[in-house]
Amino acid sequence: MRDMLARPENLYMYWKELLRQMNGIGVGSLIIVGVISLFVGAVTALQFAYQMGTTFFPDYLIGFIVRDTMIIELAPTLSGLVLAGKVGSNMASELGTMRISEQIDALEIMGVNPNGYLVMPKIIAAIFIVPPLIVLAAMLGIYGGYWAAENYGISPANYQKGLLYLFDPFNVVIMTVKSVIFAFLIASVACYQGFYVKGGALDIGRASTRAVVYGSILVIFFDYIVALVLT
Amino acid sequence: MIEVKDLKKSFDDKAILKGISTSFEAGKTNLIIGTSGSGKTVFVKCLVGLLTPTSGSISYDGIEFTSLSQREKKEIRTKIGMLFQGSALFDSMTVEENVMFPLNMFSKMTSKEKVERVNFCLERVNLVGANKKYPAEISGGMMKRVGIARAIVLNPKYLFCDEPNSGLDPKTALVIDELLSDITHEYNMTTIINTHDMNSVMGMGEKIVFLHQGYKEWEGNRHELLESDNETLYDFIFASEFLKELRKGAGKSIKLGK
Repeated sequence: MRDMLARPENLYMYWKELLRQMNGIGVGSLIIVGVISLFVGAVTALQFAYQMGTTFFPDYLIGFIVRDTMIIELAPTLSGLVLAGKVGSNMASELGTMRISEQIDALEIMGVNPNGYLVMPKIIAAIFIVPPLIVLAAMLGIYGGYWAAENYGISPANYQKGLLYLFDPFNVVIMTVKSVIFAFLIASVACYQGFYVKGGALDIGRASTRAVVYGSILVIFFDYIVALVLT
Repeated sequence: MIEVKDLKKSFDDKAILKGISTSFEAGKTNLIIGTSGSGKTVFVKCLVGLLTPTSGSISYDGIEFTSLSQREKKEIRTKIGMLFQGSALFDSMTVEENVMFPLNMFSKMTSKEKVERVNFCLERVNLVGANKKYPAEISGGMMKRVGIARAIVLNPKYLFCDEPNSGLDPKTALVIDELLSDITHEYNMTTIINTHDMNSVMGMGEKIVFLHQGYKEWEGNRHELLESDNETLYDFIFASEFLKELRKGAGKSIKLGK
């Protein structure tokens, strides 16, 4: 930890690495997070509409339900799990490969702090990029719900009315807090697993798997903790 | 000059280095040889500070290295270049970016000066026109040469090479050996090469340290090597029956390198 926070040898090089990581995490995860969120929103709308079919609940509640489930739970948690798989395994295998192929040793011998140069930019990039990604996921999920609800026969006006119904801005705070915590957990667990790999190619695979498993468990666990504390 | 005194290194209860004392002079190609498991790699890793010795001392030009703080070690490390066994090039960077990396990190050169320095180093290792290629797109021999270019780009005082010929065909291995030898003399560097390639030993061993089971079994130069009556060394050098027969037939007239 102390090594990670040590003074950079060259700020510009660290900045370049940070941008590279932001690009990798953000742009690289955009499609998978977007597609999953879109369909999860759509499915949520459809299933709620199906369950409401025989009751007297008004149609516009579909918009309300999709909005809140996406913002509070599905966008951050589901995206967190997807990112634990995609970004977590990517970070662990990148660092693991660098460790096994002596690239980390090479940095150390050059006098570069490998913790600071390789790990810190990944964690900071995740903390800055994952929250906007999750906001986008929530928006796409809500749009997916709109699209599915319309196809199911619910009027867009009713869905939009539901979206505005009893809106509590604090839910967005919950989503943001979750996304920052998840980003930190996913990146730090993956970096730890990758950075301390010992052995060969098989061990990189194992570290990658551990990064995904531990990252996912921590996401779910801290999802509960945040829900407990903030709701 | 690098001086090593009574260097010991253990992992848990297992002693790998059992008290090695030697010195490596500037402007010479110093070779560390020995069988697999003799402690060569651990020795080199201790020398460059990748491993902390259990006891003993290592000094670089009189500066005691082992007791330095991490910050002070960094200062010394900027004077060290290292060629790794697998080259250890950064996969995400091109050949040019790899060689330029230490310059970007530590030098205050302008972009133009950096490009000129990189091109000079790549030319020095006979690698022109590969600047924009990625490590995955070049051969093993080329990767070694990029590794050497990266190692010398900051004009290091000390050059460490971990098995520079592993995985290379004999002809390419010879080119790498000649390159390392030339660079050492040209820039008066203290070069330390960890190898078990006998062609390298005979071709450029100005100082040879033979490790066996964690001890320094023998040291000398390539000329003294064949004269030595050390049996362990003899078994190591003439490991195959073919070489033993050749030695018997040629007596002491086996030709040494330049």
